[in-house]
Amino acid sequence: MNIVGKRNWYFAFSLLIIIPGVISLFLWGLNLSIDFTGGSEMTFTYPQNVNEQMISNVKTTFADEKIQIISLQETSTQITVRTKAITENQDSVILKNIQIASPQVKQDQFETIGPVIGSEITVNALYAILIASLLIVLYIAWAFRGVRKPMSSWRFGVCAIIALLHDALVVVGIFSLLGHFFGVEVDSLFVTALLTVIGFSVHDTIVVFDRIRENLRRNLTGAFPQVVNDSILQTLVRSLNTSLTALLVLFTLLIFGGESIRWFIVAMLIGIASGTYSSIFNASQLLVVWQEWVDKSQNRSFANR
Amino acid sequence: MKHHSRVPLLFVVILTILIFVINLSAPANLNFNLLNPSTLKPMPIHFQYSGIPFITKLRDLSFRLGLDLQGGSSITLRANMNGIPADERDSALASAQDVIEKRINFYGVTEPTVQTEKVNNDYRILVDIPGISDVKQAVSLVGKTAKMTFWEGSGNFPASQSAQIATESAMLDLKAGRPVGVTQAVGENPEETDLSGSDLKEAAVTFDTSGQPQVQLTFTADGAKKFADITSNNVGKIVAIALDQQVIEAPRVQQPIVGGNAVITGNFTTQQANDLAIQLNAGALPVSLTVLQEQAIGATLGKSSLEASLIAGVLGFLVIIIFMTVLYGRLGIIASAALIIYSMTVLSLFRLIPVTLTLAGIAGFILSVGIAVDANILIFERMKEELRRGRTLSNSIDLGFSRAWPSIRDSNVSSLITSAILFYFGTSIIRGFAVTLALGILVSMFSAIFVTKTFLQVFYRKG
Repeated sequence: MNIVGKRNWYFAFSLLIIIPGVISLFLWGLNLSIDFTGGSEMTFTYPQNVNEQMISNVKTTFADEKIQIISLQETSTQITVRTKAITENQDSVILKNIQIASPQVKQDQFETIGPVIGSEITVNALYAILIASLLIVLYIAWAFRGVRKPMSSWRFGVCAIIALLHDALVVVGIFSLLGHFFGVEVDSLFVTALLTVIGFSVHDTIVVFDRIRENLRRNLTGAFPQVVNDSILQTLVRSLNTSLTALLVLFTLLIFGGESIRWFIVAMLIGIASGTYSSIFNASQLLVVWQEWVDKSQNRSFANR
Repeated sequence: MKHHSRVPLLFVVILTILIFVINLSAPANLNFNLLNPSTLKPMPIHFQYSGIPFITKLRDLSFRLGLDLQGGSSITLRANMNGIPADERDSALASAQDVIEKRINFYGVTEPTVQTEKVNNDYRILVDIPGISDVKQAVSLVGKTAKMTFWEGSGNFPASQSAQIATESAMLDLKAGRPVGVTQAVGENPEETDLSGSDLKEAAVTFDTSGQPQVQLTFTADGAKKFADITSNNVGKIVAIALDQQVIEAPRVQQPIVGGNAVITGNFTTQQANDLAIQLNAGALPVSLTVLQEQAIGATLGKSSLEASLIAGVLGFLVIIIFMTVLYGRLGIIASAALIIYSMTVLSLFRLIPVTLTLAGIAGFILSVGIAVDANILIFERMKEELRRGRTLSNSIDLGFSRAWPSIRDSNVSSLITSAILFYFGTSIIRGFAVTLALGILVSMFSAIFVTKTFLQVFYRKG
């Protein structure tokens, strides 16, 4: 089976997924939750089903207090309201006023987050990912230092990070689209999911790269694209079994897990699928492209130098 | 059975018994709904387990649940480090943490977590108080810092002590930024002494001979000297003790006090004396704290999502076992046994350390389970490859392990690097993720290489 030969198709497929997401990111950004923007979120629980009258009661109560509602969501017995940051006192006044019309309303949740924390989590997480990426490049370059010349071990590290970026962009892009069209929010759990995906992405890429390294060491005469192709085929069963196991578990969590982790699981599902794809069809193929580019510029082939 | 595999097997057996005991030692309650097959209606199941009493008495090994799972209040405080030398800041933060912890414990809250955090140049204290979802109460419990000052005065009082003059002098105090009532207590032109809350070592409740509660102040060596100076300068006069902007005590100095101890009497109830002692101890905080963030997390939301996710997690584990068995047959059963031991080991560590579990932390654990499964799959695929090349079974097991090891090692080291960086730079939830992931990866390497290999050598070689 020739996998390496069709590499441009794989790149095209990746771009097909990523480009709409990136465009959406530029146009609409992400639908950031209170974790990022800062503000207050209040959940009011009713003993019976929520009706129009209750919703308008909530709306007028906030209007009377001159607090602008950013969003209002309703489930069967709950109304969740988000506003810019308000104080505890304002909150208790509002609850009292709502209770005038519907005395049995309870408040399940009142959350206030300063926007400082919001931007700080993002900045620190991005910082962390950047530094982790650099260290991973360094580590891979060191761990693969025995690789046969003229392959440079740096390329393995750089390609692994490109695959990582690919997976992060796929997940972030799709969530930008989901956020714009379906109102899906990006919260701190999404950040966790993204971290998990990044962790898996590098892990999965290194396993495939490790096989390439081993085959390069053993097989001293084969052409580089052939070595990569063999390595992918040899690790294919493992790659599929591992990600199938992960995807099955995630589907179980999606079906039976709590509502609050639903989009977190979806982000992981997309990311794990993308991580497996990018290890085989992007990271390894990029090594081939890179080698051919170097060969062309030096006008000599890897196989018969 | 080969002789050399007996010792590792014994070790695995002991480990298994140990982790089962640890995991069974804490009490457990499970409530969930099962679909009743005959009526097709949800049937509530209540499962109550009281744990192993002997160990429960020794130490509480229950999981420590984060606020998103349990509900409660979370408060982030920023310490104002202006004016504190750079090399003393860490210890100042640590002692502030200590004081806050004592305060919360004193109010009888179960298992608060008080952590310090240094983000960039910010010194912070994170306080999670489970059970108290009234943030206002929680903040007043934690954030109220009392600033204690000592005042001396001329001892000259206005001739008439009428209510009007008292109000006037109080207004004067307010305008001058002095504690209200200080002029009335110590006389005109009150002055703040250099003795302050930071000179206080400890405040404690004691009882005088008649059983009346009083607050005993113990000063530091430095404070004791200052206090001795003040008292010798003011024999026969009044020294006022103010907390925040309020005079709480104005005792007349009978004689110089040199021992570094002072007692605040007054008509306290035991409760008031306790509160004052706590406030004074907080006043002894080396840093002032401002509330950066406060959030209440509803317990009900946390609980339902926790129970659903727990059951989903167990189902997910069953899916892994079934899938591995379908894929690898007898090898899969061995891997499943190793995975059960693996998960129980990690969960035991969570209980023993203890690690506070949040949703993000559980995500880290799930990823580490995935990594552990992957390690088994890697090894089995290599074994199969070696078998296909015509090697003997025992040879293939050894080669499978040694060939799979570099990829297991390199991929795990890179994940460990990621977790270390996330821990170092991340804020609380990201840290939770990093800790569980790192722990999980370390145990997974041990599990794949040691437990799986031992099982294979003992149970697989024979067949």
